[in-house]
Amino acid sequence: MMMKQSLGLGCALLGAIGLTSAADAAEQITFVSQGGAYQQAQTVAILDPSAKKLGITINQDSIPDAWPAIKPQVGSGKPIWDVVDTPTGNCLRGGEQGLMEKLDFSKIPNGAAMPEAYRSPYSVSYEFYSSVLAFSQKTFPKDAPSSWADFWDVKKFPGRRALRNHPFATLEAALMADGVAPDKLYPLDVDRAFKKLEEIKPHITVWWTSGAQSAQLLNDGEVDMEMAWNGRVSAVAKEGAKVSFTYNQGILQSTSLCILKGAPNLGTAVKFLNEAVDPVHQANLPLHIDYGPGNPKAFETGVIKPERAAQLPSEPANAAKQALMSYAWWSSPAGEAAEKRWASFMQK
Amino acid sequence: MLALVSPALLVILALIVLPVGWLAWQSIYHDGFTLENYRRVFTEDIYWRSFALTFEISLAVTLIALLLGYPVAYLANALPKGWSILVLALVVLPFWTSVLVRAYAWLVLLQRSGVINQLLRHLELISEPLALVHNSFGTVVATVHILLPFMVLPLYATMQKIPNDLMQAGASLGASPSLTFFRVFLPLSLPGVLAGCTMVFVLCLGFYITPELLGGGRTVMVSMLVSRNVELYNQFGAASAVAVVLLAGVLAIFFVVSRFISLDRVLGQK
Repeated sequence: MMMKQSLGLGCALLGAIGLTSAADAAEQITFVSQGGAYQQAQTVAILDPSAKKLGITINQDSIPDAWPAIKPQVGSGKPIWDVVDTPTGNCLRGGEQGLMEKLDFSKIPNGAAMPEAYRSPYSVSYEFYSSVLAFSQKTFPKDAPSSWADFWDVKKFPGRRALRNHPFATLEAALMADGVAPDKLYPLDVDRAFKKLEEIKPHITVWWTSGAQSAQLLNDGEVDMEMAWNGRVSAVAKEGAKVSFTYNQGILQSTSLCILKGAPNLGTAVKFLNEAVDPVHQANLPLHIDYGPGNPKAFETGVIKPERAAQLPSEPANAAKQALMSYAWWSSPAGEAAEKRWASFMQK
Repeated sequence: MLALVSPALLVILALIVLPVGWLAWQSIYHDGFTLENYRRVFTEDIYWRSFALTFEISLAVTLIALLLGYPVAYLANALPKGWSILVLALVVLPFWTSVLVRAYAWLVLLQRSGVINQLLRHLELISEPLALVHNSFGTVVATVHILLPFMVLPLYATMQKIPNDLMQAGASLGASPSLTFFRVFLPLSLPGVLAGCTMVFVLCLGFYITPELLGGGRTVMVSMLVSRNVELYNQFGAASAVAVVLLAGVLAIFFVVSRFISLDRVLGQK
């Protein structure tokens, strides 16, 4: 008898927990980003204000690279994450592999108002960073390298070099070094790019694999010039290292927000997506970190001062000097083939 | 009897047999049975190159560790108890430090503006910094440092068991110290050499952090292929196939070694 009663009580309790969590579920999402200073900055600038305005709870998770975790999570049929902040290519490729929800832009007016190149059927641009040519001011006190042609010119600019151990932006840089205009890059001439890379390969000291590594290489004087992400270089410069970079021929890249297929809180996630690219929230981001807003309307809000704007990769004048990475091309069969070719290029 | 060992069997089943089986299954099944992943591993030359490089590096690391480790173990064995504990403690101490920390420490020592290059320049032995890191050399140096305890400890354990009387007998029969070493001590310590070499070689085959941090992107070992297959291409099947081939290689090595000495001696040193 006693047993039965406590069983009944237990069931009632379980039921109550089930109910409350169902009620809560409508009001919350789980958001994943890349951690570190970047996630802290967006928490202050975008996540907390969005949560307050929408009256929802945003649970945060962080992982340096969400991509390998996405497939098993969606594959399990019960993803834990709702919204992912990840390099745009992942959203696109994920979308094509059935891992992302197709977005209804009529429910995301802020996203619909953004330029078409800044969104895809599965994602909206969230923030911009740039793969730039960075250099040591100690090695180059004046006449610093200012284009990829200079980076390839080992006679005029002697010094040790590093590139990212990844085809993204590296192939684009090789083509620009070979004389292709930044707005005429796509579809990439992959053969020409790899041929140009073979030229510089003997002069590359390190092929870096993480942003932290690229910053350390430049900071320690291990290399004299390299391709690096603008935020990493400016962070090192702020610490007092004699390093600088140019936006000229930078490759403008973005991370985007996308929603996992079968996300537990789909409705709330869509509402959040719209709020996260609101121009004012977006304008707050560069006040906390050296990345540019994903929504160009942020520059019209007056929140970002002109001198601050001039430092940001996606500021219109800076963006005009750069190439906008085509994630659509990179997630196409030709792009995937180029990505696979990278591995054999590195090991030859 | 079965009842007594069944908890252990369950643990092994849950922690080893099921995951490895799932791994193997994944490498041959993707929307149907396929050998595509293995075809790729055995025909594409990037995989061959990686496997070859991994074996080369593992071999180099094993030989260097043996050359460095043998005298250390010998010293620890020959010294009186208190001193030998000190020597062993010095060997084991770095063993308790994170592999990541040690890899970065080597970076600090070996890089262009690193301690070693600065010292050499200060002594005017070199005019240009040497390329000590971001290549296979740096990878081998750091890996040897990390794996050295796995060489010294089995060697020491074997040497401990060699009766001192034999050396004394050799000496009393008129053999010089070097002759007793080469004719008596060295042959008796060979099981330890084999045990240490097997441990170091097999562990080195799976190394990931050191080549990733100190290899400069060119030293692509097999474990890095596994991670790249997952990270870049999201191809768990391809990654699993590489892992299964590596595992098969390791098992083959253990099988060959077991023909010569009992595996207990390699794995469970007493």
